[in-house]
Amino acid sequence: MQIRKILIANRGEIAVRIIRAARTLGLQTVQAHSSADVESLAVRLADEAVEIGPPPAGKSYLNGHALIDAALQTGAQAIHPGYGFLAENADFADAVQAAGLIFIGPNGDTIRRMGDKASARQAAAQAGVPTVPGSDGVLTDMTQALDIARGIGFPVMIKATAGGGGRGIRIAHTADEFAALAPQAATEAQAAFGDGGLYLEKLIARPRHIEVQILGDGTRFVHCFERECSLQRRRQKLWEEAPALSVPPDTRGKLCESAVALAASVGYRGAGTVEFLYDDASGEFYFIEMNTRIQVEHPVTEAILGVDLVAEMIRIAGGAPLSLTQDDLKPQGHAIEIRLNAEDPANNFMPFPGQLGEMNVPAGPGIRFDHMLYPGYQVPPFYDSLLGKLIVHAPDRPQALARLKAALAELRLEGLKTTAPLAAALADDPDVRSGAVHTNWLEPWLDSHAHTLSQQKDDLP
Amino acid sequence: MAKAEIRTPLPGIFYRKPAPDEPSFKNPGDKVAVGDVIGLVEVMKTFTQITSDVQGTVVSFQVEDEEAVMPGQVLVEIET
Repeated sequence: MQIRKILIANRGEIAVRIIRAARTLGLQTVQAHSSADVESLAVRLADEAVEIGPPPAGKSYLNGHALIDAALQTGAQAIHPGYGFLAENADFADAVQAAGLIFIGPNGDTIRRMGDKASARQAAAQAGVPTVPGSDGVLTDMTQALDIARGIGFPVMIKATAGGGGRGIRIAHTADEFAALAPQAATEAQAAFGDGGLYLEKLIARPRHIEVQILGDGTRFVHCFERECSLQRRRQKLWEEAPALSVPPDTRGKLCESAVALAASVGYRGAGTVEFLYDDASGEFYFIEMNTRIQVEHPVTEAILGVDLVAEMIRIAGGAPLSLTQDDLKPQGHAIEIRLNAEDPANNFMPFPGQLGEMNVPAGPGIRFDHMLYPGYQVPPFYDSLLGKLIVHAPDRPQALARLKAALAELRLEGLKTTAPLAAALADDPDVRSGAVHTNWLEPWLDSHAHTLSQQKDDLP
Repeated sequence: MAKAEIRTPLPGIFYRKPAPDEPSFKNPGDKVAVGDVIGLVEVMKTFTQITSDVQGTVVSFQVEDEEAVMPGQVLVEIET
């Protein structure tokens, strides 16, 4: 392998995860860090550490020049970007390569193509992957628009091309409603965004979020089956599982194969995730986007397949061919991951950058805790709130839920407010237990249940 | 003329503007009413408004835009 030393251009639990993968491959690690993270677990574990800037991410973890300089000065051959920060920044990937270093991930062109919504959708369509039915681009003629809406099938979403993040969306359930809403939406979009352009997309009322993990070495491509991440708040996943909860076997096969087809069509190199919406009512799935990096929830896939995805992506970046064939990948049992965020779920998820006192970490068969914690750790206020992830694996889902509850009962993080009480309450919820969830399920549930989510661990002796 | 100080109750990053391409909430010399926003503190990607609990005139900012702040740190001096 061309890589002997890796610079980690990230922080928190994923930095720790990358150090561990590198170490199992016999590689040296350099942890790049801001001045706020000088005492972080990743800095303590890495072979070397380099301070790259002050606390704000814009001046440290997002400072590409400083990260590349740190890699060159410490003699690292490769940079692992983790997730978030610069992980899907095509210009950074190009700059790393231009500096004579290896970017652990796909090349800048692939990141650029998949990062743009329109070109990613086009790539998916060309690879034969179903996309959410909609108008092909901007609507020009309102009479024609009604025909297009009928073709998609009601209900449809009328979206402003200049909108985003849920803004500028109208829902029409019938042709009459559409005729009334479309002109209104155009006028409003013109007023709000200075651009009256509209497009249409099919509304899926209760979609599940299902995503397929893929690996590619540029020539060969495999899928590592799917994950379901339907429990979300403000589009943030809080609970992830593998396998998915309700997809029939033949659909599952098609879903996974279409992800491989997309990866192959762009000559993908590294680990990636193809995200879909799945509609229980129709049994159809639709491409939404591709993430060209390792994901937070990758451990549930590792649990059911017994693979080390982070080590595999490093090997591929180092020039090795895929170490697995599709036939090697046989899912076993069921895995669940819950995210531990430094937020108080009983108080509208208020961030809680406190100091950790004593801690007790769950352990035992089928339990994994990926985290960045140690007694006395002061959670910095400058970054996202993820403290760690608790992952459980068992022969089936009921046993995985039981294992999750047992592990949460053991977990103790004195002095911090976290999302652990939310995970414990969800593990007991009838809808969660029966798998009757979708991406719009959690927010209304929180409206009626949030007040019950006290930080139970504070009451323990 | 008395001087009042506005402090941040939260740790995080202090912003003087609602968005990078918009003007500052307040500048030295500006009048301040009770409840006026003088800045934002970002804690773990959540933004909290810092408001004035006094009426007066901004004398000076004790913290630069986008600087890290700790709880209790003085952000602004106001002449009342």
